[in-house]
Amino acid sequence: MNPEDITVILATDCGSTTTKAILIELQEGEYRLRLRGEAPTTVEAPYDDVLVGVRNAIAEVEQLSGRQLLDEQGELIRPARDGRGTDIYLSTSSPGGGLQVMVMGLVRRMTAESAERAALGAGAIVMDVLALDDGREAYERIQRMRQLRPDMVLISGGVDGGEVERVVEMVELVAAAKPRVRLGTQFCLPVIFAGNVQARPLVQQALEGVADLHIVDNLRPTMDREHLQPARDGIQEEFLVHVMQHAPGYDRLLEWVDAEIMPTPAAVGDIMRQIAEREGINVLGVDIGGATTDVFSVFDGRFTRTVSANLGMSYSISNVLAEAGMENILRWVATEEDPTRLSDRIRNKMLRPTTIPQSLEGLRLEQAVAREALRLALEQHKSLATGLRGVRRERTISLDQRQMGETCLVDMRRLDLLVGSGGVLSHAPRRNQAAGMMVDAFQPEGVTRLAVDSIFMMPQLGALAQVHPRAAEQVFFRDCLIRLGTCVAPVGKPRPGRLALELEMKGETYGVKGGEMALVPLPPGEKREVTVRPGPGLNVGAGPGKCLTATVEGGVTGVILDGRGRPLQLPPAEQRAEVLAQWEAALQAYPATGETADLPGVTNG
Amino acid sequence: MAEAPRTQAGAYTPTLMVAANTLIRRERRLPLPGEVSVEVGDRVEAEQLVAAAALPGKVSAINVARELNVPPGEIGPRLLKHEGDPVELGEPIAEYKSFLGFFRATVLSPASGTVEAISTVTGQALIRGEPIPVELDAYVSGKVVRIEPGEAVTVECRCALIQGILGIGGEAHGELALLTGSATEPVTAEALSEAHRGKVVVCGAQLGWGVLERAREVGVAGLVAGAMSATDLDRLLGAPLGVAITGQEQVGLTLILTEGFGDLNMAQETYDLLRQYEGERVALNGATQIRAGVLRPEIVISLGGATGEASPPPSGQLQVGSRVRVVREPYFGLLGRVSELPDQLKQVETEARTRVLRARLDDGREVTVPRANVELIER
Repeated sequence: MNPEDITVILATDCGSTTTKAILIELQEGEYRLRLRGEAPTTVEAPYDDVLVGVRNAIAEVEQLSGRQLLDEQGELIRPARDGRGTDIYLSTSSPGGGLQVMVMGLVRRMTAESAERAALGAGAIVMDVLALDDGREAYERIQRMRQLRPDMVLISGGVDGGEVERVVEMVELVAAAKPRVRLGTQFCLPVIFAGNVQARPLVQQALEGVADLHIVDNLRPTMDREHLQPARDGIQEEFLVHVMQHAPGYDRLLEWVDAEIMPTPAAVGDIMRQIAEREGINVLGVDIGGATTDVFSVFDGRFTRTVSANLGMSYSISNVLAEAGMENILRWVATEEDPTRLSDRIRNKMLRPTTIPQSLEGLRLEQAVAREALRLALEQHKSLATGLRGVRRERTISLDQRQMGETCLVDMRRLDLLVGSGGVLSHAPRRNQAAGMMVDAFQPEGVTRLAVDSIFMMPQLGALAQVHPRAAEQVFFRDCLIRLGTCVAPVGKPRPGRLALELEMKGETYGVKGGEMALVPLPPGEKREVTVRPGPGLNVGAGPGKCLTATVEGGVTGVILDGRGRPLQLPPAEQRAEVLAQWEAALQAYPATGETADLPGVTNG
Repeated sequence: MAEAPRTQAGAYTPTLMVAANTLIRRERRLPLPGEVSVEVGDRVEAEQLVAAAALPGKVSAINVARELNVPPGEIGPRLLKHEGDPVELGEPIAEYKSFLGFFRATVLSPASGTVEAISTVTGQALIRGEPIPVELDAYVSGKVVRIEPGEAVTVECRCALIQGILGIGGEAHGELALLTGSATEPVTAEALSEAHRGKVVVCGAQLGWGVLERAREVGVAGLVAGAMSATDLDRLLGAPLGVAITGQEQVGLTLILTEGFGDLNMAQETYDLLRQYEGERVALNGATQIRAGVLRPEIVISLGGATGEASPPPSGQLQVGSRVRVVREPYFGLLGRVSELPDQLKQVETEARTRVLRARLDDGREVTVPRANVELIER
């Protein structure tokens, strides 16, 4: 169909828990989100058919919009005509917890790390990374391969013209392990080889009859070059051809869609890249789900995605507790409740993952856990968002220190835009709560804009961008991306009670003291030139104690003046209740007792 | 003008089955092809062997070329063992002797088993250990209704079925014994004695650490309780439980919680059904996987030749009058019946606007609860 003739678009995202459908319509020359529906995903028993959940989510859209989309046989009505049907239908998916890939390489911090980045960039969950220097014995690697049931294996290793023997040695272990696939026991495990070109014939020989081998360009052709796209494309192609075909009901779903089904995180990653490119800025994005948390960064045009497979707000919430520790979660909770009881409450969310907080106290606890999940996910992201290791650099004493610092690509001082997505952020009853969670967890430095995915529809828009970039962009900037505002935070340790920073805007001066927060209203769509004057020794981007002129953007939250310093200074336990109350009040994050404020709210369910 | 939609959108509500008489099928699948020892139509007992297989042994690797310090392509003449040959741990598999025999290097097998492969590209030798036997029992008593030759057996069983919310440990069998006279009565360690060895023991309310410890000491086969503290579970497992995917734990017994974590009573319906079968031999499985399409831990009480109408499968549909359990604070653990299902979204205390229901709790209170926060109790 000619993109110009498309007036109605239906798109779904089949997540591990929920299938979300959105309906987009052309209204007065612009594509706008009409509404959204959702239903539980039905990939597993008793339904074993993804299409049941897809139809249910579409049925909810029908119910809410009054537009008939499915005919009497449950088939999509296409094209749109007389107020019925849709012109195109698209979908993203992460069936059964997403695309699961096992990665192998020769050296853990070099070729194996490049392969890990390729797999993550393709939207996969990396189940394990095996490398010759991973400290495991050969039999342990074989055991691990047999124990895991990946959707596919990505093998890298050796620069072109380099090591062959050791690469084949790794491949022989795969042949010995004969790992079984997760879905569809009848077909051979797909293996993608993206290593030394000279090893190809021997790799082919070693895997003959054992795996379905696909050879792509070397992802690390030389030590100083990473070439990930062919491996990413190979993974996505295999995902469509093998994995999706064997997931229950996907054969039918593949017939329904008008463009390839994208893995959900790949679609979100594409959207993040597009924002960064369009605005020429550095972007950090997070998508916090029930089972996993994805972090995306684009710094100086370089894209990195990581997935923290066991950090999430429902299925994995207990793992957040285990990894962060109760004492870290308690840093964000102003309650006297016994930690044992709090632990029980968090664990019960793991057992009943689809429940939602009904009480304010429950909401606060969930958002406290989210802060820790986000913090840990960012830590993991930073460890992988690095420059190429193994590249020889000329070293001088004066440069050495800087080069060490350069290995991490994520630099919070140079971050322009922080974007949040996923249930706990998109569905926070007040948008200010989402802003608070992101600022506390990510600790942006200097002047940083904040935004949130309005109703968690970035995946569908990523898929739409493949076939109709204009529609995707219009909906993204008008309906999806909710601008929260701007955070201004000095680096350093502000002194309590003393001025941490002053902000001059439109002739008015606003200040915040050390250890406190303040909110300056600035509506969405407004931009202001401001002068930021940090306290003594503090740095907002122009150097210690120096004034900075910058542009701040308004939003539903406004401009957050964060006087708590970086790294964030958190209060000792005995002052916690009082200090957290000040921060919450400054952000107007929660209703006061008996209050039902008319603040930007969202709808759940 | 658009037609009105015809379907009720995804109002599926999670269910924990507490069924007095239902028909279940349980597939017994070998991890690798092996032998099935029963036929379709056979009646089988829960602990009867129905299939067996031999898992390939552990693979050990050693690089012969590197050990002998020769290029991989030249190891052929130095090999003492070849693909398919049996070897013992420490037995020489390759040897290098220099001209006149002044230098000599021997490669010893790192394991007992069979030489699976020796690569002349890498010099790597793979030794496959002895096969590991695996035997499968029927798990539940009933009739064999399906066979996949060499791979799987499906047993159909008419039973009383109770699904829990979380289990630890795998399959177990034992005689059902109740420790308390009610679903709300706390249990003390003293209530357990040697007489409970090998039995499946039911506690009503919260399970304390003392009882758990005593149950392991006594050697009970299974423990079924309403709830326990998550901290005690961590102590039992030796590490915090990060995600609810269980079944492989080795903690000396199979544990099933019917309600969750905290100080909660067992649902009265669950307790009553268990009490009805006190003294019967039951099968239980702690394996849990909480994802879309959940795997619940279960207690299966085979009803032998019982007839009569089996309970229908869970509908997952909330209706006025449905029996529900609230599964989130502030009413967590309380049971009641749905009294109203308002169509419109309602704002709750958090300010979120969501679909709600009104329920009359068993204690007489009428409360509003998000629909996402209830579980159907279907019989």
